[in-house]
Amino acid sequence: MANTITMSYEVPGGDFTRAGEASSSLKGSLKKMNVDPDIIRRVAIAMYEGEINMVIHANGGKIDVIISPDEIEMILTDEGPGIEDIELAMQAGYSTAPDNIRTLGFGAGMGLPNMKKYTDEMKIESQVGVGTTVRMKVKL
Amino acid sequence: MTIDEIRSILGAKYIVGEEWKDREVHTACGSDMMSDVLAFMKDQSVLLTGLCNLQVIRTCEMMDIICVVFVRGKMPDEAMIAMAKDKGITLMTTGHRMFSACGMLYKNGLQGGPAY
Ligand SMILES: Nc1ncnc2c1ncn2[C@@H]1O[C@H](COP(=O)(O)OP(=O)(O)OP(=O)(O)O)[C@@H](O)[C@H]1O
Ligand SMILES: [Mg+2]
Repeated sequence: MANTITMSYEVPGGDFTRAGEASSSLKGSLKKMNVDPDIIRRVAIAMYEGEINMVIHANGGKIDVIISPDEIEMILTDEGPGIEDIELAMQAGYSTAPDNIRTLGFGAGMGLPNMKKYTDEMKIESQVGVGTTVRMKVKL
Repeated sequence: MTIDEIRSILGAKYIVGEEWKDREVHTACGSDMMSDVLAFMKDQSVLLTGLCNLQVIRTCEMMDIICVVFVRGKMPDEAMIAMAKDKGITLMTTGHRMFSACGMLYKNGLQGGPAY
């Protein structure tokens, strides 16, 4: 992997069954590139959590993944409602997910803290009424 | 323990992936919350769950979980079965409830992993 590869994914909103298609596709690509399995798992989990968030909280969005020789960067952008208090949203257990999401197995308020745990760097930019951008990096 | 020993201990029935029955597994986790599976599972290769939707299979794919036991007789649908087959994940179903199924496996030597 001498040069930089960029991959882009559309994440459709409103269709919970399709959430995870982008993460699955990236996981497959990273396997073909012979990336270390532990790194692949960390990237896949972080991106999957972010992808699920986009579907549940923001009606979808897009994900760009930039693979360079020394890191994998994931940029998740949506035009959803935005996050009013990012520090609060980052706390384990904080969730605004509706009850129907909980019956589907999500909405424990663990996603954002988990994304931070599995990546080397994570930044959230968000504006209420405009949208949210989550940037994550995993070092290779 | 192998996947087939799990099936035998639980009196479970394969739904898909019987061809991987000789794979070795060492630790398992039981949960109906995929949020918790994603946050708290580490190096476990078996998931016991009463949740039955496509995101169960997706979660296992991301976590490298190779075997799912559906408790309380839950049956996955066609889309779940197809995805599991494609991702190399064995699915089985047992009539036991979560607590009993976990206890039976634990008693037979399957571990749960460290505490948090
Ligand atoms: N892309 C987003 N757009 C708007 N709000 C978001 C977004 N991502 C997260 N949030 C807000 O931050 C909260 C915490 O997110 P987090 O992923 O930690 O938990 P959750 O999605 O509610 O549950 P879990 O991830 O455990 O299934 C959410 O409940 C939601 O209010
Ligand atoms: Mg989440």
